[in-house]
Amino acid sequence: MKPTATVVAADAGSLLAGKPARSDGITAFVARRRFVNSVAATIMFAAAASSIVITCGIVAILTFESATFFSHVSLLDFLTDTMWTPLFADAHFGILPLVAGTLVTTAVALFIALPMGTIIAVYLSEFAPHKVREVIKPATELLSAVPTVVYGYFALQFVTPALQHVVPDLPTFNMLSAGIVMGIMIIPYVSSLSEDALRAVPMLLREGSYGMGASRIQTAFKVVMPSAVSGMAAAYILGISRAIGETMIVAVAAGMQPNLTIDPRQPAETITAYIVQVSLGDLPHGSVGYQSIFAAGATLFLMTLAFNVLGHYLRKRFRH
Amino acid sequence: MPPCKAEVKKLSFFYGTMQALHQIDLPLADKHVTALVGPSGCGKSTLLRCFNRIHDLYPNTRYDGEIILYPSGANIVDKSIDPIEMRMRIGMVFQKPNPFPKSIFENVAYGLRLKGITNKTELKDRVEVALTSTAIWEEIKDRLNKSAYELSGGQQQRLCIARAVAAEPEMLLMDEPCSALDPIASAKIEDLIRELRKKYAVLIVTHNMQQASRASDYTAFMYLGRLVEFGTTTDIFTNPKSKETEDYVTGRFG
Repeated sequence: MKPTATVVAADAGSLLAGKPARSDGITAFVARRRFVNSVAATIMFAAAASSIVITCGIVAILTFESATFFSHVSLLDFLTDTMWTPLFADAHFGILPLVAGTLVTTAVALFIALPMGTIIAVYLSEFAPHKVREVIKPATELLSAVPTVVYGYFALQFVTPALQHVVPDLPTFNMLSAGIVMGIMIIPYVSSLSEDALRAVPMLLREGSYGMGASRIQTAFKVVMPSAVSGMAAAYILGISRAIGETMIVAVAAGMQPNLTIDPRQPAETITAYIVQVSLGDLPHGSVGYQSIFAAGATLFLMTLAFNVLGHYLRKRFRH
Repeated sequence: MPPCKAEVKKLSFFYGTMQALHQIDLPLADKHVTALVGPSGCGKSTLLRCFNRIHDLYPNTRYDGEIILYPSGANIVDKSIDPIEMRMRIGMVFQKPNPFPKSIFENVAYGLRLKGITNKTELKDRVEVALTSTAIWEEIKDRLNKSAYELSGGQQQRLCIARAVAAEPEMLLMDEPCSALDPIASAKIEDLIRELRKKYAVLIVTHNMQQASRASDYTAFMYLGRLVEFGTTTDIFTNPKSKETEDYVTGRFG
């Protein structure tokens, strides 16, 4: 094998260098190849590093702009004040109502998306005949192709009126409806990644379980799922991040009213919805109110970061 | 020939339209080891996997003929027989160790829990018996709650044998149980097989002729989906009737 490669390399090298001498040809060829390699490595490094640079840039802007905000509002007020009224004459900047709105809509969404996504993934990976899978999988993934603004109006115009038949006195704008629809939107993120993780479990492990006399259900839940736990955790984390960061559905259907409550039937505003509201021009640029979106953005960033770190930790813990 | 534990009668097996086994007839002696040998693709693993109907997991597979399990006389490959019941009665050990992502204890208790045993003392006792009978108890008794993935490959395979034995099956299937192990770990498994023979009928697929001659009492040579020759291991290795068998066991082909 090796001698042949050397001869080919030598010929190519001498062709490139335009020299007949074989040994020189090899040297030139190897040098050229080293150069190409190092250029390629540099380009790839730059591509990989760009994500770090961009993240650092975002963090820097958030920190810098938040600093302006915090020179007017104390961090203690920001974290403990229970009112968020930047538009009022008596302006309060307590982030808690927005955090509550974000967490409640996220919790409702996850309450829908995690069980549904998991069940769909287990069904597709362990139970569904090939033909059924070929229909359900793309249909599920289509859910994530629907624009979120369409989901927002779906929540407002269809889900809320439907819920009003079940939940008495449900206001037109509420977190329940927005959260449910957000959950539906997130299902394919959870199911698709979870299914990939489940299908990656070696057949040998399933055969081991079936060989002991286990049923499909027992094999799926006792052997396959525990083996796929790290991939499924990644799917869940993506779903959570998606729910925390979702903007349009909650802006349209949850009502843009900061409201410190954990009752999902209430209207409320999430951090993301508030940022949209201000960006649309309710507050003059440069005012404290305007600067507040950076503080809100930094809070959001820290929340998703916390979930990602938690997810990373869990994955490491569960990895065998 | 001693009493039979199982008997294969005119068994054919199909993957879709491809016939993998042709009219196999093979008796399996109780409390003895029967080795299935033959070149790759001859159908020996396919035959072994008929015994616990593991083929049922895949679409478009079909059995024709009988595998009679004694003393009940049930035909294992009959559609009316529940494969889950057969798998609880017939244990299997695979080519590569395949412990579950659970603790060592829970791996061995898996089959017992499937049978509905929940009593902690009983589980503990039966896990200990299984691990002792597979000669791994002394090595791992202090770390029963550790993940089975912390064990070495050879230990994992013995754990998988313990897992099969714990459920107290009527016979054991082994599909090249040493193919992923080094010679020392293989030797331990072979010793174990000789021990297990006292209690079970063992059917083992192997590529290793020395292993077949050392560890088995009977040997069946298969070629191209057919059973070419069956006899005592001594006869097959020293006095084979067929030219193909002789060529294969002496290493001239395959």
